[in-house]
Amino acid sequence: MDEKLPPPSQQEQQQQLHAERVSRRTFLMNVGIALNALVALAIATPVVGYLLGPVLRRKEYLAWVSVGNVNDFPVGETKLISFQNPFSEPWDGATAKIPAYVRHSASDEFTVFAINCAHLNCPVRWFSESQLFMCPCHGGVYYADGSRASGPPERGLFTYPLKVESGKLLINAGQMPTLQNRAKIECPGARKTESSQIVARIEPCQQSPGTSVSTIG
Amino acid sequence: MPAEPWYKRLYNWVERRVQLEGPIKDAVLHPVPRSTASWWYVFGSASLVLLILQVVTGILLALVYAPSAAHAWGSLQMLNDVLPLGWFLRAMHGWGSNFMVAVVLIHMAQVFLFGAYKFPRELTWIVGVFMLLMTLGMAFTGQVLRFDQDAYWGLGIGASIMGRVPWIGGQLVHLLLGGPIISGATLTRFFALHVFVIPGILLAFTGLHVWMVLKLGINEWPMPGRIVRRETYVQEYNELAHKDGIPFVPGAVWKDLVFSAAILFAVAVCAAVFGPYGPKGFPDPTITNTVPKPDFFFLWIYTVLSFLPPDMETPFILIAPVVAVIVLIALPLVAGVGEKSWWRRPVAVFVLMFVAVCWGEWTHLGTYTPWSPVMNAWSGAPVPPDLLHGRTPLERQGANVLQEKQCRNCHALGGKGGERGPALDEVATRLTEDQLYRQILLGGGNMPAYGSALSPAESTALVRYLETLHPGYQPAAEDASRYVVNSGGVPKNSTVQRGAGQTPTR
Repeated sequence: MDEKLPPPSQQEQQQQLHAERVSRRTFLMNVGIALNALVALAIATPVVGYLLGPVLRRKEYLAWVSVGNVNDFPVGETKLISFQNPFSEPWDGATAKIPAYVRHSASDEFTVFAINCAHLNCPVRWFSESQLFMCPCHGGVYYADGSRASGPPERGLFTYPLKVESGKLLINAGQMPTLQNRAKIECPGARKTESSQIVARIEPCQQSPGTSVSTIG
Repeated sequence: MPAEPWYKRLYNWVERRVQLEGPIKDAVLHPVPRSTASWWYVFGSASLVLLILQVVTGILLALVYAPSAAHAWGSLQMLNDVLPLGWFLRAMHGWGSNFMVAVVLIHMAQVFLFGAYKFPRELTWIVGVFMLLMTLGMAFTGQVLRFDQDAYWGLGIGASIMGRVPWIGGQLVHLLLGGPIISGATLTRFFALHVFVIPGILLAFTGLHVWMVLKLGINEWPMPGRIVRRETYVQEYNELAHKDGIPFVPGAVWKDLVFSAAILFAVAVCAAVFGPYGPKGFPDPTITNTVPKPDFFFLWIYTVLSFLPPDMETPFILIAPVVAVIVLIALPLVAGVGEKSWWRRPVAVFVLMFVAVCWGEWTHLGTYTPWSPVMNAWSGAPVPPDLLHGRTPLERQGANVLQEKQCRNCHALGGKGGERGPALDEVATRLTEDQLYRQILLGGGNMPAYGSALSPAESTALVRYLETLHPGYQPAAEDASRYVVNSGGVPKNSTVQRGAGQTPTR
């Protein structure tokens, strides 16, 4: 180790570096890098496809599910039901069951509400005595027809598209309703003009957030 | 050659091959400014120790945990009740997580207050910001792995926030959940995130963070007037470290060691005394009789989300976190030089105190959620007897209506019931009969309209009862004009007659 060569001069260094840059070894190294980049790309493509699998499949995420016989739902009542998620796997356990509320307002007039509060998806609870849905998380409240009554939600409850076939009530379900992900799920809150008599009479909530003077007294 | 003992020879044999002695000695013995051997400088090392604790306890839990939506809850129950000391390991991991978030936050506040993010340690801070985000990510994904009702509905909240992203919100929800809805696929991907992805990146970042601390030196104790300048700082620091410095080991490290031991002991004591977290209710979404709540360190978000006006919600949720992260990252780049001492940085001190007070108050509110209806108050909290005493049958019937129509879920009586709306104990002093009718039937100001849920008889009974709710020394509010119409004049000796409230004339 002791017999060190004298260091090359500045000019020699430059020449060596230049030669190094264009040498066959450098070229081969670059080829190697390019090959690796190509292979990485080839591998990455299926990986990305795999990761995006849940998104790419999303057109299939709606199916018609029976929630029971039409006769099971007395007129004028709202009932908590549950149905099997059409896209469930054996290891889903209890999460394969999805709850929903079926409202039979008049003969042959059904509405099926998602359990999820339109605010942040918590499970709303139906109180038949006061005809209200209340959310335990942030205090969202909805009327019996699903329209927003008070609290932070910016719209009414999500509803499922439904149809009646040979005495059975079918809903088009399968995915979690969220504000963006409506996927043909109608929103009663959006139909401002058709909202119920009670709602039409009260002042719209956006204009009076918080407690109004009349409540404070 | 004198014969060396066998262990020395073994050591030398290994050392000649790995050659780690030099770098380790350099790291251990590097001089640090004397002022950094302080009890204020122990939080970073404590965070590292807690991270190691989390990795170890996490691996031990993974020996048993079944990452399947059908079995996760059961495997946690088995850890709690069947496996010897399984409960203690779960408790250590849960409390270790709480302590880690807390210590990381204290570490960050200390670094901010001491100006340690300034030149040349900007990147150390920026890497630290990402480590904080990953620590919070670990806390959230860990809460999901404790697959109970809170985890299920917490995922719902996460999905709902994702769903608010414009255009791609729906796709993001499916990506987050691994499918159309919370299911087995959701749990497995959160398991992968919690066990492989986030800890892997977090450990790599921790290595980088500690590496930079070693290379750039521990921040000296800030002194008013000692200004950080890019041109001179490194030289000044080296002088400080070499002239008035001590080797990191043992000069400064003993305090780190003592504090880490104390923290680990505190985690163990909390684990032993308070036990493991949950799992709470079985994650069956059809059990709607549940009040989901996030873990302690996310309570403040829960509070903020309940106070946002509806039309601000989506912009705030999507923009505020991004802005917050950008501000944290930009901080050392914008304020990278200048004073480090808190005596000369009043704005920094104020911001820190403001954030701490907000966080504390929001968290406190999150512990008792005054904005949420108390779902079982109507059936579980009876009307206090003294508020029924001496009432007519009609008024008592009104009290029945009050209970039956779930009024108590939002309105307290005798201190029991919801706090969403005002307490009703003295409501008659605030609202006249007409105002009560209007408020009940038409709602308003965050109260739903009960017009369609009450028969005329029920509303009459209810209002008659509410009219009796006033203290003995204060009469119920009355509509003066009604009195005038009924008896043809203002009552004698009334405030109107006396002209009270008007400007006295002399």
